[in-house]
Amino acid sequence: MKALKKVIQNLDPKFEKGGKWEKMYPLYESLSTFLFTPKHVTKKGAHIRDGVDLKRTMFMVVLAMIPALLFGIYNTGHWHYELQSYLNPEQFGAYSDYMTGFGDKLLYGVLQVLPILIVSYGVGLAIEFIFGFMRGHGLHEGFLVSGMLIPLIMPADVPLWMVGVATAFAVVIGKEVFGGTGMNIVNVALTARAFLFFAYPTAMSGDKVWKSGTSDIIAQNGGTLPDGASGATALGDVASFVGDAPVVAGEALSATSTSAELLQKFEGAYDPLHAIIGMVPGSVGETSVIAIMLGAALLLYTGVASWRIILSFFAGGFVFGLLMNLIGANAYMDMPAYYHLIIGGFAFGAVFMATDPVTAAQTQYGKLWYGFLGGGLAVLIRVLNPAYPEGVMLAILFMNIMAPLIDHYVVQANISRRKKRFKTA
Amino acid sequence: MSKAVRLKKGLDIKLIGEADQVKVDLETPTMVAIKPSDFHGLVPKVIIKEGEKVKRGEVVFYDKYNKDVKFVSPVTGVLSEVVRGEKRRILEVRIKVSEVDEVVQVDPVDPSSISREEVMKTMLANGLWPYLKQRPLDKIANPAVTPKAIFISSFDSSPLAPDYDFIIHGQDQYFQHGLNALAKLTDGKVNLTLNAKGAPDEAFVNAKNVQINRISGKHPAGNVGTQIHHFDPIDKGEFVFTVNPQDVVTIGKFFAEGKFDSSKYVALTGSEANNRKYYKTIMGAQLTPLVEGNLVQDNVRVISGNALTGEAVGSDGFLGFYDAQVTVLPEGDDYKFFLTKGWLGPGFDKFSSHRLFPTWLTPNKKYRLDTNLNGEERGFVVTGEMEKVLPFDILPMQLIKAIIVNDIDAMEELGIYEVAPEDFALCEYVCTSKIEIQEKIREGLDVIEEECM
Repeated sequence: MKALKKVIQNLDPKFEKGGKWEKMYPLYESLSTFLFTPKHVTKKGAHIRDGVDLKRTMFMVVLAMIPALLFGIYNTGHWHYELQSYLNPEQFGAYSDYMTGFGDKLLYGVLQVLPILIVSYGVGLAIEFIFGFMRGHGLHEGFLVSGMLIPLIMPADVPLWMVGVATAFAVVIGKEVFGGTGMNIVNVALTARAFLFFAYPTAMSGDKVWKSGTSDIIAQNGGTLPDGASGATALGDVASFVGDAPVVAGEALSATSTSAELLQKFEGAYDPLHAIIGMVPGSVGETSVIAIMLGAALLLYTGVASWRIILSFFAGGFVFGLLMNLIGANAYMDMPAYYHLIIGGFAFGAVFMATDPVTAAQTQYGKLWYGFLGGGLAVLIRVLNPAYPEGVMLAILFMNIMAPLIDHYVVQANISRRKKRFKTA
Repeated sequence: MSKAVRLKKGLDIKLIGEADQVKVDLETPTMVAIKPSDFHGLVPKVIIKEGEKVKRGEVVFYDKYNKDVKFVSPVTGVLSEVVRGEKRRILEVRIKVSEVDEVVQVDPVDPSSISREEVMKTMLANGLWPYLKQRPLDKIANPAVTPKAIFISSFDSSPLAPDYDFIIHGQDQYFQHGLNALAKLTDGKVNLTLNAKGAPDEAFVNAKNVQINRISGKHPAGNVGTQIHHFDPIDKGEFVFTVNPQDVVTIGKFFAEGKFDSSKYVALTGSEANNRKYYKTIMGAQLTPLVEGNLVQDNVRVISGNALTGEAVGSDGFLGFYDAQVTVLPEGDDYKFFLTKGWLGPGFDKFSSHRLFPTWLTPNKKYRLDTNLNGEERGFVVTGEMEKVLPFDILPMQLIKAIIVNDIDAMEELGIYEVAPEDFALCEYVCTSKIEIQEKIREGLDVIEEECM
């Protein structure tokens, strides 16, 4: 340790202004400040400062995502082998059980997810460094979180080049053009996902992307999925109830079925418990409500995420779910409201996306409104526009745009309340 | 009549190094200085030449833009040096203390029996006026305005703050005299705010001719700004004057005895100071006799004032005009390895308002905090942290952003007239992005002064 400290001590002057390697300062600063909190002392204002810094804060968010990542890795492996079990019943028949073939599934998941993670961090950090060099500062920690979020909201089969392009788009257009960490308008990771969703919809939606290796299996099986196999998700199926060809888990149902019949089938195919544990196909990190809640517990406990946003986001989703129940015009509207909270990316969005402090509302009351409307809007988009089965992404992006407006009203309320003090006095 | 407020927001930063409640007379310093930098925006016009003799209570310089406001010498001595900084700005006017003490004597007078103009005249001519600060702007009170109220806080809640109950004890008469003088200056009331917790000294409790308020809560409950906000908020165009309780005694003493008494008690505090006591010294005193031999180690920062708002003056620096406290903290100019003492360490040695550190596990522990920034400056990312430590109905983040973008209308609406940099010291302390918030508030006040006052 002492030796390392000496090295840093000797290197510092060489990278400072006028030093030999002055131009490499941003790179050096990023590495050295990671290892050692620099010897900067307070110059103006308060002489002592809180121990907290952005590094520790952001690290906590990354840590909070680890359960979702680990679960996502295994889940990716499971659904790959689950499909295989239909194609090669002799070899993989037993793998349709969730815990059988643990090692194989884990290995497959790692091989599938790790490259996405590496590409996301690699591309994003490279761009951050380029902008760092342009602006003469080291790495700002914001992307440590975005780089982790991006893989977790992608289907495991997404081509790596797409991840790279989407990350580059999100970091440059979503963040750096506004000035970097802390200045962006919309959530960086969601920008990446939205970019892919609209640019390459076939890679991001439908019923052939949620189980890793689906397209290979279809090719091996002569153009269709093996009998009994399905690539659908609960969201996709429930969305089909609105159209003329309702489907549940690959089984086509009669268009004349009543809502009750459809929902009975649906609830049979999608056990809420499985959704909560996360034993369902979906984007890498979004499936397990339990893993996400572990992260949420850490974020709430440390106070890094706003409980106002998380709570009101879930409340908004539930209330709007109930509202849909009241209207009850079709089977989707009749779906029990709590389903909305546990299927798709709702929980993940509420905990990790909506709470991004930079893009969320910044006032305390604003956060409540922001979360509530975000959750409600997510359900609204899901139910009313089946073309976008996953409404959470769009709802949060929309609320990112709306957050300043919400804050504006909170600020105006503060202003008029403060003015009133003088009128009555 | 008496109003009471309980604050829920705020933060007490618990440091090692409170001063023991012992009063000690310190030898007279050989050098004192009046520092124009203690008075924001002051341009001094020095009327004594270098090498000239000056008596205690004699005018040394006056405010160039407000010629009535005079500053007097706290000692008898010889003007030894006018220290200048950039653009020849005067930083310090140093006076070498003579052995024989001569003092300017005027007739004692009961302030209750004279008019407002006479009280003002006496205070202005004899160097007592600078003890009055005004809100808005947090600078020396403008003698041309009549304040709607005067606020005195009977306690200081900042880290390791001196205990005014202890300092004032026994000075009831002078304190009351000072209050009577102040009462003449305002159309409204003199507000004396007591700490609702604990037992304030009799000088405070029995004070007459004042409106007594009580407040309880964490820092900044003791800040006059907090108290004004809760008891009598300032609207645009209104003025409130504020005075430190020890200075009320000085004012009262002048009226009672007709001469300027520059002695004051100063608490020596901080983890790096030994013999932490209340020392009787002189305003503007060089700190050398105070800290010499009383330092635990060499690599320290000697601060005139408290750890949040004081000024680093060095061990041979001079006591600030408004300060009743010297804080000695360890310098934090060392690298901290990220896993042990750095950003990812367990953090038992760090005091944090965030739950990212185990501070909350040991609520009564006292900390030895150094001056390290504990991170690097970043853009605003975390929200909601400042709101927890600012017991004002003011949105700190929005106000600061309005200042950064120089939006005067927004600053006015969001409450710039009510605040002073010291009220935002805690916001600066807790800021994850290490932004210099007190400086920003001061910049905002400067803009307001230029454009709106």
